[in-house]
Amino acid sequence: MSSQVPSDLLYAKSHEWARIQDGVATVGITDHAQHELTDIVFVELPAKGRHVQVGEACAVVESVKTASDIYSPVAGEVIETNPAVVNDPSLVNSAPYTDGWFFRVRLTSGAPASLLSPTDYVAQIGE
Amino acid sequence: MLKRTPLFYAHQRLGGKLIEFGGWEMPVQYSSIVDEHLSVRRASGIFDICHMGELFVSGPHAAAFLNASLTNDIRKLAVGQGQYTLMCNEQGGVVDDLYAYRLGEDQFLLILNASRIDVDVAWLQSRHAALVEFQSGTQLDSASARWGAVAIQGPRSHELIDQLFPGPSLKGTNVHKVTDLKKNQVGAWTWTTEAIWVARTGYTGEDGFEVIAPATFIEEIWDQALAHGQTAGLQPCGLGARDTLRTEVCYPLYGHELDEHTTPIEAGLGFFVSLDKGDFIGRETLARQKAEGTTKRSIAFRMAEKSPPPRPGYPIWAEGSTVGTAVSGTQSPSLNTGIGIGYVPPSFAEPGTRLEIEIRGRRFPAEVVRKPIYRKPQLAA
Repeated sequence: MSSQVPSDLLYAKSHEWARIQDGVATVGITDHAQHELTDIVFVELPAKGRHVQVGEACAVVESVKTASDIYSPVAGEVIETNPAVVNDPSLVNSAPYTDGWFFRVRLTSGAPASLLSPTDYVAQIGE
Repeated sequence: MLKRTPLFYAHQRLGGKLIEFGGWEMPVQYSSIVDEHLSVRRASGIFDICHMGELFVSGPHAAAFLNASLTNDIRKLAVGQGQYTLMCNEQGGVVDDLYAYRLGEDQFLLILNASRIDVDVAWLQSRHAALVEFQSGTQLDSASARWGAVAIQGPRSHELIDQLFPGPSLKGTNVHKVTDLKKNQVGAWTWTTEAIWVARTGYTGEDGFEVIAPATFIEEIWDQALAHGQTAGLQPCGLGARDTLRTEVCYPLYGHELDEHTTPIEAGLGFFVSLDKGDFIGRETLARQKAEGTTKRSIAFRMAEKSPPPRPGYPIWAEGSTVGTAVSGTQSPSLNTGIGIGYVPPSFAEPGTRLEIEIRGRRFPAEVVRKPIYRKPQLAA
């Protein structure tokens, strides 16, 4: 099954995406990740105001089968979280790049060099 | 190297996601656990259960041998009937839980858990060596490598099973067609040239059938079931749905509810322990526990508010301290809430008791509920 990998986003190896605009990153998990997790039934998000580091576990998604940590792809302060995915976790499955976003971070500096381009992420997931 | 069932390539063709389970490479899901779960509750589903073990026990003393080794009373079984039973050690701890079918007067088939096959066979062989009075002519034939099984489960499974195995049974329970089998009955039908067994049993809480056949026929049976099953909404289902289905109806899973340090009485399975059938291994402890009670008891619980799903290993709290541990837990696809099974002292085991489940350092309210957690909605009269 071929997953969507939008060309305007950056990706973490751990399957989060970041859309960076005006020093703020919107973060979610990729279509590939939601396919792998399937049936997301619970989402736990970081508190607003929390400072997160690149690669820091700061959210949890739970499928029927398991709980998985979500790692921040960027460093900065969490300024907004998405109440819609908390109320309806299936949004992560149905709209991972739009309504299923997780949180927004005001970046301490720019985008980390460790993030992958869409092409590199496609190569990583082998599609 | 993980073992593969005769259906390994069928799972790959169907896009099954394969995981390790009990030393086997098995499909956890094909489409999604929730889809497959609901398909079994509403229509039908087919499961690969070839990883489970088959042990044939035969001979004039086979019934007496099994009755001295298992907890349920095997004499209750007429030819063509099966029963749930347990195998215990001297302390009453569970070596395995299993199904025993009486295929003929002196022939029994035991269905063993995948992860316990070697332990069970060694255990029964040592029993065989010790029970001199039942030895003569009693044969143990460990057939797990030569036999396999599939389960066809769900309220519409009866719509396809007669087409799959047409005609009357050859032996076991005598019926004109498979759907005349009653719950726990087993009969033989011909597949190609050989006898295969079909039982009206399962592990989902739904009506359904388990087909036990030589491994060489399994892929044909699977493919033909899927072909005949289209109109009955038959979906291939993985171990993920198998686990959520059994958890909703509180069927134990070895390694979770049961282990060598837990007795059937503690697990709430006293119904399957026959104390009046004569001596059997573990009887002394089980009789004492039945009379005097136990220090831990199995409970079913439901989360009382929105929470992350409970999982095996999560601590159970009551009255401000830890009182037990969850051994199973998931988000129930039928009830859309967190459910689980755990062990607590008897004083916290009554339905209605308020508990808390500790999840990642936070405690969420839960309530002890009657088993099964999920009951089929009753049809209006």
